[in-house]
Amino acid sequence: MTQRRFALILLAVSLPLAALLLLPAGYLIVRAGAVEPERAIAYLTRPGTLRVVGRSLLLVITVAAAACAVAVPAAWLTVRSDLRGRRAWTVLLTMPLVIPSYVGALALVSMFGQRGTLQGWLAPLGVERLPSLYGFWGAWLALTLFSYPYVFLSVRAGLRGLDSALEEASATLGRSRLATLWHVTLRQLLPSITAGALLVALYTLSDFGAVAIMQYNVFTRAIYLRLSLDLGLAALLSVVLIVLTVGLLAAVTLAERRGTYYTRRTPRPPRRVRLGRWQAAAQAFCGLVVLLALVAPVGVLAHWLVNGLQQGEALRDVLAPLQRSLRAAGLAAAVSGLAALPFVFLQVRAPGPLTGLLARGAYLGYALPGVVVGLAFVFLGANVLHDLGAPFGQTDYRSLGLLVFAYTVRFLPQALGPARASLLQVNPHLEESALTLGRSYPRALLSVTLPLMRSGVVAGVALVFLTAMKELPITLLLAPTGYDTLATRIWSASSEAFYARAAAPALILVAISALSLVYILEPDE
Amino acid sequence: MTNSVPDLLPDLAPDSEAVACRDLRKSFGSVRAVESLSFALRRGELLALLGPSGCGKTTALRLIAGLERPDGGTIHLGGRLVSGPGVFVPPNRRRVGLVFQDYALFPHMTVERNIAYGLAGRDDRRQRVAEMLALVGLDGLGGRYPHALSGGQQQRVALARALAPQPDIVLLDEPFSNLDVALRRQVREEVQRILYEAGVSAILVTHDQEEAMSLADRIGLMFDGALHQLGTPRNLYERPASRRAALFMGAANLVPGHAHGAVARTALGEVRLIEPCQGAVEVVLRPENLVLNGAGDGAAAVVARQTYTGARQDVWVALRDVPLSLHVTCRAGAPWGVGQPVSVRADGSALAFPASPDST
Repeated sequence: MTQRRFALILLAVSLPLAALLLLPAGYLIVRAGAVEPERAIAYLTRPGTLRVVGRSLLLVITVAAAACAVAVPAAWLTVRSDLRGRRAWTVLLTMPLVIPSYVGALALVSMFGQRGTLQGWLAPLGVERLPSLYGFWGAWLALTLFSYPYVFLSVRAGLRGLDSALEEASATLGRSRLATLWHVTLRQLLPSITAGALLVALYTLSDFGAVAIMQYNVFTRAIYLRLSLDLGLAALLSVVLIVLTVGLLAAVTLAERRGTYYTRRTPRPPRRVRLGRWQAAAQAFCGLVVLLALVAPVGVLAHWLVNGLQQGEALRDVLAPLQRSLRAAGLAAAVSGLAALPFVFLQVRAPGPLTGLLARGAYLGYALPGVVVGLAFVFLGANVLHDLGAPFGQTDYRSLGLLVFAYTVRFLPQALGPARASLLQVNPHLEESALTLGRSYPRALLSVTLPLMRSGVVAGVALVFLTAMKELPITLLLAPTGYDTLATRIWSASSEAFYARAAAPALILVAISALSLVYILEPDE
Repeated sequence: MTNSVPDLLPDLAPDSEAVACRDLRKSFGSVRAVESLSFALRRGELLALLGPSGCGKTTALRLIAGLERPDGGTIHLGGRLVSGPGVFVPPNRRRVGLVFQDYALFPHMTVERNIAYGLAGRDDRRQRVAEMLALVGLDGLGGRYPHALSGGQQQRVALARALAPQPDIVLLDEPFSNLDVALRRQVREEVQRILYEAGVSAILVTHDQEEAMSLADRIGLMFDGALHQLGTPRNLYERPASRRAALFMGAANLVPGHAHGAVARTALGEVRLIEPCQGAVEVVLRPENLVLNGAGDGAAAVVARQTYTGARQDVWVALRDVPLSLHVTCRAGAPWGVGQPVSVRADGSALAFPASPDST
């Protein structure tokens, strides 16, 4: 089989696949379009809706700003100063990334809530209740604490790619150290700061767990609440959210492209700034961040776990949800890993307008917040699958298959990225050598290309697995009745304030997500 | 530049062509990479496709290997039509060995498995791999991975892998450009020996005229996607078909003059011409065709610059009466110093091309 014929076969496979991936968003847009224009305009412009938009923007901007305020100094300290314990601080400061937002929010509420742990400690002092954490401040705190590592990692990468010769040039041209920091270092870091901040904005805009637990009514929560009232209006809100997300994604792509210019050459290792008497302050700063974002949440969860065990919560209750989470996430990871291959091959080995469009379609999941994917499938399920299944006595459209499909739509991009990167590193001459040595194109791919792509494919599959384990809104909306997973278990326990019951599944999730750090932290220094 | 290899070849039957390309064409978008390329490779011959980068020589190689589909023209391999109207034999059925510029060794396989890759389904795999390792002088290194080999060793593994399935023809794409200069000459001789021992026909693509001349039986000089001149290295060096070919095949001074049949009158006096010519011409004088003298015999000049490269001395002189600078090669240790007055004359007969700005 020639390369051309093989590409045609891949195209025949990936076209329907892409159609399936586009189906939910497409259906949502169609349904949103079906809302009568006057009603749509009235709904979108009424004060309640505008408040949702305002709250969303406020949260996105304040979280991104706060994340930068925490992460930029932290990144500078760990890369460019003689901070003691730099390696340990780097790992610890990255770790909050593994705490799902709803787990973190739950921990914050149970710690700092009106009747949380802190209040318990303060009760002997006559503190009856603490100021409420619910609303903006709670959502802002939770999202900042658990998303700032995106900026941290991005700025670290930027700092490490920075050519210290530029700073030395600035010094020899007579600028003071502070002026150099401002005019040279920070200016060059701007692309990586922007890229990280935009990732945080994207995270905030699409997050459902933290805002739901903090009861702060932004887009995702409004859509979720609308769901049971009016599907058409929920679809309308979703489309607005998709538009905002796509805008942010476009900005991220632009920022990352602009950010690559200084990473081209191999820089000399940077000169570290001596902190001197600032050492203690720097240690305190890093310590405070880690305390709030990592030690407190995990500590609180551990505290509740012990409490629960003492009150007779059975640990084995968590085994069945764990199994269900593993099964659903495992299936989604396997499906995503397989589905990624034809897209990646076409995009890299048969580049063209059509394959470019296909690949971009496969990345759509990035632009769809979980709540939107869930909503689209609820829509499809209630209107299409229900009618299809009814004659066969199948009245509940929710099924494990649908759940896995929805996960795949949302998380396929995470499998595409690493697979594509690994294929780009495989020299096409290797395949051509295999061809001239008598192998057909598919056999050349099997014996040469795929083995060399293995690490990328495995990394992608692992990432899908780990994120699908944590996914909350899709699971809430689409898991079949009785299909209780770790995420839904935490959700129901938190809404009933049974913190002890949520502790074990939450700690398991945190532990499993911690594995993803292996793929996030680059081997360094 | 003598070349004795063709004399060693057995008598050639006229139709024993290993490769025959006729009117081959290939464009990439609006870029015409190969335009009406025609040539034939005799069995057992080593042909170098020589040309500047972008002249289409690598595309020609990829067309022969079947890695690209031509837009037009035909390719015969050993008398079999492999590419032509309605015919396209895929690369895995062409029995063509290809050695890439970057060697393209499979990084996840040992040397042995790399060499055995093209021997799938053959009973004599083990034996053949051992033969190949011996042929390229890598016995004992079969268990290594490519990254644990030096550049020269990788190059030989790539050659062994291409030769293992006993292809009818081997194609080499800039095979020495990734080696450092010191190693290049040695590896070149080694590759030449291996190819002759394997008795295989080969096409080598290079932009290095010295490499082409020292290795190849014949050279196909390519400009702008087409074959410009085909001949022995000596033929191309001494009798280039054009001014451009003359300049590409080695350093040359172009001296304006006026031709009257067998003689051209130039600033260096009268120069005998190899081929008679009339009118305004440019006479091609290689640096070794010029002779410097202390005084008298020749045109008056001054030494402007010189470089010493051990084996010889390169001297640039400026003529006194005409604004013309000439490159002259002398034996090492010649007594010329910068600023010294000398006289220059041409030695032997030379080629001349009509002097028009767009002369080819």
